Amino acid sequence: MSKVPTAGNILTIRDLSIEYTTDRGVLKAMRNVNLDIPKGSIVGVVGESGCGKSTLISSIIGLLASNASVSNGSIEFEKQDLLKLSQDDMRIIRGARLSIVFQDPMSTLNPVLSIGRQMTDIQYRDKKTTSEKRQRSIDMLTSVGIPDPESRLNQYPHEFSGGMQQRISIAMALQAEPSLLIADEPTTALDATLEVQIIHLLKELQSKMNCSILFISHHLGVIAELCDYVVVMYAGEVVEQGTTKDVFKNPTHPYTAKLLECDPASIAKKTRSLPTIPGEIPDLVSLPPGCVYKNRCDKAMEVCDSKTPSWTEFKGGHFVRCHLVEEV
Amino acid sequence: MSTVLEIENLRVRFRIQSSLMAMLNKNKDPYIDAVRQVSFKIEEGQTFTLVGESGSGKSTLAYAVAGLLPVADGSIMFNGDDVTKMNHKDLMDYRKQVSMMWQNPVGSLSPRMSVGGLITEAYKIHGLKDRDRKMEASRLLEMVGLPKHFSERYPHQLSGGQARRVGVARALALSPKLIIADEPTAGLDVSIQGEILNLLNKLQDDLGVSMFVITHNLNVVRHISDRTAIMYLGRFAEQGSTDDIFANPRHPYTLALLSANPEPDPEVIIKDRIELKGEVPSLMNRPSGCEFHTRCPFAAKDCDTVFPPIETVGEAHHLTCHYPRELKGLGSSDGVFHDEYADQIN
Amino acid sequence: MAADPLGLMGLCLVTFMVLSAILASLIAPYNPIALNIMDRLQGPSWSHLLGTDQLGRDLFSRVLYGGQVALKVALVSTGVSITIGTVLGMIAGFGPRWFDGIIMLFFDTIRSFPTVMFALATVALVGPSLSTVIIVIIVTQIPTYGRVVRTQTLTIKSSEFIKAEIVMGASTFRILFVHILPNVVGPLLILASMDIPTVIALEAGLSFLGMGVKPPTPSWGSILNDGYTLIRNTPWPIIAGSIPLVLVTLGFTFLGESLRDQLDPKLRKSL
Repeated sequence: MSKVPTAGNILTIRDLSIEYTTDRGVLKAMRNVNLDIPKGSIVGVVGESGCGKSTLISSIIGLLASNASVSNGSIEFEKQDLLKLSQDDMRIIRGARLSIVFQDPMSTLNPVLSIGRQMTDIQYRDKKTTSEKRQRSIDMLTSVGIPDPESRLNQYPHEFSGGMQQRISIAMALQAEPSLLIADEPTTALDATLEVQIIHLLKELQSKMNCSILFISHHLGVIAELCDYVVVMYAGEVVEQGTTKDVFKNPTHPYTAKLLECDPASIAKKTRSLPTIPGEIPDLVSLPPGCVYKNRCDKAMEVCDSKTPSWTEFKGGHFVRCHLVEEV
Repeated sequence: MSTVLEIENLRVRFRIQSSLMAMLNKNKDPYIDAVRQVSFKIEEGQTFTLVGESGSGKSTLAYAVAGLLPVADGSIMFNGDDVTKMNHKDLMDYRKQVSMMWQNPVGSLSPRMSVGGLITEAYKIHGLKDRDRKMEASRLLEMVGLPKHFSERYPHQLSGGQARRVGVARALALSPKLIIADEPTAGLDVSIQGEILNLLNKLQDDLGVSMFVITHNLNVVRHISDRTAIMYLGRFAEQGSTDDIFANPRHPYTLALLSANPEPDPEVIIKDRIELKGEVPSLMNRPSGCEFHTRCPFAAKDCDTVFPPIETVGEAHHLTCHYPRELKGLGSSDGVFHDEYADQIN
Repeated sequence: MAADPLGLMGLCLVTFMVLSAILASLIAPYNPIALNIMDRLQGPSWSHLLGTDQLGRDLFSRVLYGGQVALKVALVSTGVSITIGTVLGMIAGFGPRWFDGIIMLFFDTIRSFPTVMFALATVALVGPSLSTVIIVIIVTQIPTYGRVVRTQTLTIKSSEFIKAEIVMGASTFRILFVHILPNVVGPLLILASMDIPTVIALEAGLSFLGMGVKPPTPSWGSILNDGYTLIRNTPWPIIAGSIPLVLVTLGFTFLGESLRDQLDPKLRKSL
């Protein structure tokens, strides 16, 4: 169990395990996941394909697939366990206390409604007049840097560029002033120069509104720049968690270390032979015993074959799931 | 070292309106230029990388070189022949020598053909009946590090990384002189990006094949590219040897791209990062003068009225800018942009 | 397939209908055109399973032989219209815009003709017969398949794998028949299997109106026609003519839906 005091957290996930029932068997998509999001902070989640990011997000917002089942764990948000809430209760929270920005803004925005209409529609909970709602929308668009928002309210999503669409999605997500914003790869589809703008924007808005952000991305550089804390996921487990500085400067789990090594941006010298992590993630249906990373780990030991490592606090606030740490 | 491909003043246009509409809108040109005045050379055994963001025209340029699009102006010289003026027979010959790797690894493979069939299809297409397709398939799979039994698999059964390798195998089938690689690392996890890049490098070392890589990922450019060009709104803003571009970037757009690259090091604070204002202008409304001036933080006199001529600032290092920047003192020889540079804002 | 009982039922029904039509000469107890005025207008009995019509002909035998007509019409007209429709649809989708315009105009013109009017016009030109029916059905069905194939072709045309084939130097013929055709065939099969009952009903309808097979050749439509005039005397001819139509419609519909589910990977549950 994590020893991080949860009182200062906006979201606390403890020991979360989620399985999917498939034709081939039970797929253990997430196993014993611990995650802390302190109030007013930006927490980054780093992981590659198959790490469980999508399952994590779905479980938080309460939209898990029908063949998913929570076998263990809790997600505490504003004094409630989200996993125990009904869909009706979740609907009250979604969009108001908790909101989300996705990678593809065109899947968030309805192409046949003007953005003004969409932005006032989502204010349905507020007892305000239409013109008040419109004004709020205009204010939000201004704060995300859309020029001339009043005249653009009547335009349709396709009339905006990709970068603008993403800004609008962010405006919509933050309109109700949620305590937690989940950003699922919001900049992956954008060019580097736009990515920089969006990161800047998120930082600004976050400090202004003092909300917390859960930022999922595979772009290590962006995480390093934006996030206060970072969580590293691999094949359905959290393998390391800590402040960005700790994790990036002192990566303790071999996967984290290798991931940082492989990122071409961190490779200072030009090389014709880039490092990679050989192998693939194991089959999550027939998961072998022991550590899930062992078949690709360059520091694997005998104990890794049989025993799953436990979640250990290696240093104040820096957690890792690895036998190497336990040995020490 | 011989030149494999020489592009001279290339222009590729798209029609966006019928001539009738254009007449009605009097001064509106029914065409937009996706690629304009582009000139460069690719040498034998070398890799030339094109870097650009969305709307830069890089894919259009790649498609034009691949012979997929008609060219409005300029020439594409391959072995002394102009691709843009080739007849069918010569074009088929060209297609044997220039192959392409596609951005969408699985989507670029015909879904109902087996891997073996796909990678050796070129033999069938070009009537090379003497080749044993089964043997060639095994040989090609081995070259890209995939086991032989993959020959029987179908595209939907492949992971992204595996599909990319199949794409490489297919591109190698006829031992081409030039491979065009459109975003070779798109969609790949960071931990396996290196696999594809290492493979491409190794193949180049072993086979001497030239490569024309298109990417928006500056990080990979440095490791595989000999020469690099930065594209903006269909033109080359800057072009030069990769080392030079990274050590001495002169065009503000290049500087912006390099500085936009966050490093996975939370302690590095990129001072004086160049943040571009606004968005890429539409190709239908090209800005006057230097087309970058609307976003350039250093735009000054003449930038909005006069188009800058192509200048050569170093060895085969060309750019179009009225006020090229200069990195003062320490040039970033390690390629990481975190040094201060001379403040030349007028 | 076991998980799909309706599909299985559909397959059984279709197989049963096809076999009974093919083996009609072996199964039929009587000659379908043999007159036996003494036994006219009888209800179902052990000697006449579905009764007899106004000329004493055994309705069961007539239905079985009628199945041959239905089968012939269904197979020939569907086969020919799919072939022509597919070729035209692929060319329209893949070829130059102006060509597409011409083909679409052709399709839309055909579709704007009410089928019966078209049949009447053809009959006026060519005279009533089974061939007339088949020609009318072929022509009216071509646009159905053509449009589907064209839409599919247009979608596939812009795929990256098609671009890849072009860059490799594949000929247009190869692209159309090796890369596009296999990917459009799936929806076509489903469309065809669900169209067959329509085609058969169309034949029945045209024969009912006297534009199809000439008496005394049995067709389900002509049985219905006879039954219609006899409805006040006995319902059995109408029932006899309707039963095969209902069975064949149900059978092909179930089969078609099952095929669609099988071929569409998104609907298929296993992967």
